[in-house]
Amino acid sequence: MSQVKEEKYILGIFNDEDVLLDAVKQVRKSGVKIHEVFSPFPVHGLEHALGYKKSFLPKAAFAFGLTGTTLALTMMFYMMVFDWPMIIGGKDFAAVPDFIPVTFELTVLLGAFGMVGTFFVSNDLKPYKKAQIFDVRQTDDMHVMAIELDKNSSKSYEELTSILTGSGACEIKDKTFEA
Amino acid sequence: MEVTSSLKESTHGSHEIITASVRQPLVTGGKSMKDVTEDVCRQVEGKPTPAWMLAFAVSLTVLGLGSYAVYRVLWDGIGMWGLNKTVGWAWDITNFVWWVGIGHAGTLISAVLLLFRQKWRTSINRAAEAMTIFAVICAAMFPVLHMGRPWLGFYWALPLPNAFGSLWVNFNSPLLWDVFAISTYFSVSLVFWYIGLIPDFATVRDRAKGAIPKAVYGALSLGWNGSAKAWMHYEAVSLILAGMATPLVLSVHTIVSFDFATSVIPGWHTTIFPPYFVAGAIFSGFAMVLTLMIITRKVYKLEDYITMTHIELMNIVIIITGSIVGIAYITEFFIAWYSGVQAEQYAFINRMTGPYWWAYWSMMTCNVFSPQLFWFKKIRRSIAATFFLSIVVNIGMWFERFVIIVTSLHRDYLPSSWAYFTPTAYDVGVYLFTFGLFFTLFFLFAKFFPVVNMAEVKSVLKSTSGTIKED
Repeated sequence: MSQVKEEKYILGIFNDEDVLLDAVKQVRKSGVKIHEVFSPFPVHGLEHALGYKKSFLPKAAFAFGLTGTTLALTMMFYMMVFDWPMIIGGKDFAAVPDFIPVTFELTVLLGAFGMVGTFFVSNDLKPYKKAQIFDVRQTDDMHVMAIELDKNSSKSYEELTSILTGSGACEIKDKTFEA
Repeated sequence: MEVTSSLKESTHGSHEIITASVRQPLVTGGKSMKDVTEDVCRQVEGKPTPAWMLAFAVSLTVLGLGSYAVYRVLWDGIGMWGLNKTVGWAWDITNFVWWVGIGHAGTLISAVLLLFRQKWRTSINRAAEAMTIFAVICAAMFPVLHMGRPWLGFYWALPLPNAFGSLWVNFNSPLLWDVFAISTYFSVSLVFWYIGLIPDFATVRDRAKGAIPKAVYGALSLGWNGSAKAWMHYEAVSLILAGMATPLVLSVHTIVSFDFATSVIPGWHTTIFPPYFVAGAIFSGFAMVLTLMIITRKVYKLEDYITMTHIELMNIVIIITGSIVGIAYITEFFIAWYSGVQAEQYAFINRMTGPYWWAYWSMMTCNVFSPQLFWFKKIRRSIAATFFLSIVVNIGMWFERFVIIVTSLHRDYLPSSWAYFTPTAYDVGVYLFTFGLFFTLFFLFAKFFPVVNMAEVKSVLKSTSGTIKED
């Protein structure tokens, strides 16, 4: 039987978002790689502090929205102008102003659904997925900064603890996941 | 109130020190983040209270009784309704437009106020969005039943290849635009609501004790763990959805108004309809949010989250939109006179003084005169008055739709065919059915879902609450 691989983390628990923001900057400055920070609510500026790239979802939304526009216009022109042209209320076959409401709705529909689908896929959110919970309070009232020990082997456990305590963590914990 | 008074004292005193923030606190009672979780999860985790059971039983009964009317309308046809040769639309479209309008406040609160960075939306957006979804479901019942044979509706309403060859739906018709508008509105609102629920479902999941709640909320929360990366994407998604939903709100009721405005019936054929309908929708939507939130905050003891400030701000929206609606009524009259078209002028005089004068004046009393009472601060900040007036506004908005639809139709160009529409028990029954449906869904929501958006309230807690409790 092969040995189970373990991922060992040291967790810094914070109870205030402003302290957390400073702490993230401080910890990164001291050369520690942060695995991830978990919060019960969106903390503004945290993604910059962690050095994340901007979300690509606006681009996805735009692309899907454009698909919606194209689909709507192609569909209506094909049906109303080429496949079965009929004069209705004396209007033109290609009654472009009449096509605007449906074009708008399909743009929004595809844009919204495409973007949300991308959001689910890129964040790996799916039904029955087991959430990786480092500390149960991360969805309640505490911010949890997780530091993977293997990826920070240049620093000893004691050093990491003192960096976290020095940055304002109110509690230090260990967590091990079986990979 | 405390904040304002302390501010006044400090400016009148000898020391010019400002001791309070400019804004009133959004969350009172010195809540900590833990308190927010506890207060909101209490209802979800506890057993249903007797009050909830009773309310749920009542709405189920209404739903059951109404189902009989729906069954007869489906089985025997829409001849069960009181429609006649001039009034071809009446309660069905009145109720449809009314319910769609009610839905608008939800999207407005969650989308428009998000774009405008109005933090007070956080306590009420969840329930308002739920209201939107349920109201749109109720609204959709009417055009569906109106088809007579709704099981064929798929290829009557959607551009699907059908048995008649390549005869497609008519994209020149505003009724078809409605199909696209309402279904898009419903699905986008549903997605918006669900995205907001995911982090809160995760909170409930992590607190859940039993195996069933663990499994159900585990499935619903999609494995959310609140990582900074997920929050970053979440915020991007919320903002863009809000950006897309904002024009969507305006488009939906604009398109609903096109059902009338693109026709040539005197009383309907007006360019003022799109903005006027949108204002009316927001007006009735906010009234319904107030009706529901005043009950919810009381029953669930959420007075610290849905505060007097929230109620007052919503009442201000009611004054604004109510006044817009009032101006629209007057403008319609002016334009009818100014157009010089006799049929148009008659349609409006007939509304005011004809056989439906009572409906017209009910509308004016409820929509134009009563909300003006909110100019008085005492009334604006009174729970009882707000609750009463919110119901009055909803009645008024129903009458508005009824007046527009029925009074424009019942006397057409040919006096020999003039008729008076009277609803049958089946008109009333189907309407009751939608009430039963709406409240059944709302009570289920209020029991099993967190009614206040915990994550978003926590995010504004520090900057907007009066005092912060230290753990």
